[in-house]
Amino acid sequence: MQTVKSASELGALHTRLNAARDPKRPLVTVCGGTGCQASGCMKVAEAVRDTLGGDPKLAGKIDFRVTGCHGFCERGPLVVVHPQGIFYQQVRPEDVDEIVRLSVVQGKPVERLLYRDEVSGKTFTRENEVPFYKNQQRLIFGMNGQIDPRSIDDYIAIGGYQALAKVLTQMKPEQVIDQIKKSGLRGRGGGGFPTGIKWETCRRAEGIRKFVICNADEGDPGAFMDRSLIEGNPHSVLEGMIIGAFAIGAREGWVYIRKEYPLACDVLRNAMAQAREYGFLGKGILGTAFDFDVRIRRGAGAFVCGESTALMASLEGRVGEPRAKYVHTVEKGLWNFPSNLNNVETWANVPLIINKGVEWYARIGTGDVTGDAWGGSKGTKIFSLVGKIRNTGLVEVPMGISLRQIIYDIGGGVPDGKRFKAVQTGGAVGGLHT
Amino acid sequence: MLQVTIPIEKVDGIIGAWGGRREALIDILQDIQDVARYLPRPALEHLSKELAVPLGEIYHIATFYKAFSIEPKGKYVVQVCLGTACHVRGGRLLADRISHDLAVKPGKTTGDRLVTLETVGCVGACALGPIVTVNGEISGKMTQPKLVSMMKKWRG
Repeated sequence: MQTVKSASELGALHTRLNAARDPKRPLVTVCGGTGCQASGCMKVAEAVRDTLGGDPKLAGKIDFRVTGCHGFCERGPLVVVHPQGIFYQQVRPEDVDEIVRLSVVQGKPVERLLYRDEVSGKTFTRENEVPFYKNQQRLIFGMNGQIDPRSIDDYIAIGGYQALAKVLTQMKPEQVIDQIKKSGLRGRGGGGFPTGIKWETCRRAEGIRKFVICNADEGDPGAFMDRSLIEGNPHSVLEGMIIGAFAIGAREGWVYIRKEYPLACDVLRNAMAQAREYGFLGKGILGTAFDFDVRIRRGAGAFVCGESTALMASLEGRVGEPRAKYVHTVEKGLWNFPSNLNNVETWANVPLIINKGVEWYARIGTGDVTGDAWGGSKGTKIFSLVGKIRNTGLVEVPMGISLRQIIYDIGGGVPDGKRFKAVQTGGAVGGLHT
Repeated sequence: MLQVTIPIEKVDGIIGAWGGRREALIDILQDIQDVARYLPRPALEHLSKELAVPLGEIYHIATFYKAFSIEPKGKYVVQVCLGTACHVRGGRLLADRISHDLAVKPGKTTGDRLVTLETVGCVGACALGPIVTVNGEISGKMTQPKLVSMMKKWRG
């Protein structure tokens, strides 16, 4: 692959790659997220590959893709047969032959592998009909099912890096910051600080070097949203970081990621190498004068390192001890240079805002952020829904949704006819509601 | 044969791969541990000299981060997840079972260096709790009977 040297070259590449993805062409996807891997999805994927490859009538005619997390981890391994979109759950390798014979060849569903709703007793054929998915709004996470996370071409085919091209060729840094401010995007790591204001403060701070940092030290018990985003769509996070770096005036980026997430580390490393090869990272990105590159540091298992000042100390190769925060890290952060730290999910929202526009984005969510960044919170949020609930997994919902909707409409309520007692929100330091 | 140490040349190789940078100390320690399965003192002494970082500071870092061990680990490193989601699904009972059956405390290794038992905060596969990982491989929806047969397998 040659470097992509301009926005128009990227446009041509997108057109070519997208044309190759005929939506009518048969395609089998297997979820390869960590949750499904724990349920044995790689053996299912192997069986699909062998079955498709071993039949001369099918070989080369059926596409096959291992994707990132679909979110419905409880029901893994998950297999989807396209173009019909037939959704299979709890698939075992021995089921694959039947899936290929019936669904791939004849387009018919294998009834016993379909999702059956325990409450209503109904079965559902398509992924988007299942109550767990139907009541979500999967703007960020939905892309996971469409791409192979190890393929930058897949990401480009669905419009990836277009937001970066737009920003680099049509916008000034201040305009990007203005858009992010108006979008009503707030930090997804838990603090909920308005992202645009943070970027603006860091841009205005003085420093001969500046950094953007991605906090992927997701350590709150029960949370695995960031892991699944990096594992399923690493380029969306990178694209967000590159755009942020341009807006802030940073040339160097860091991703601080837990070593306990080996698959995510590996997928991200692969994505960074591809982005460098295509010229989205490095010198003269997309033929412009903008230089930026990202490095990874693996966290070594310290819960406190999710805190920004401790994280930066750890990035410097020291013990991750937080410092007093009267000096903000956007002014004096990593090695005392202005540093803008955002969470994985926050970065992943950035390309979406640039692509779809502020008006579109600000229609999703709650409150009113015109004139007051704290007046509301826009966009969607990914939550991990776990514990004693019928449907567990990752859910993406608009900001402002009620807990009742999440727990009952999406989660299916408390299992075994038990009474609802309490819900903990926001991780270890969050609240307990009864 | 299980490797429990690391030749000095290999330590030099790792330092070189990270450009000998002080800031990469945590990465260097992780790579040393990936080879030796713990952080042997001779390797740390050498590192201290090469990076010009006091040995005490290296030990400060090595004992601060949970991922590092300054004691040799067993052939099977078993992690039982005690994160909230796994806890409510019985993770603690699984840890107690291993602890009892193999006579090993969490954070410690059996006398024959077969099994190291660790309890961890969250491995991020909460939908499938309780989770037990063995040498990094995740097993979900763990039960006492499944655990007992795993322990049998480790003993050979």
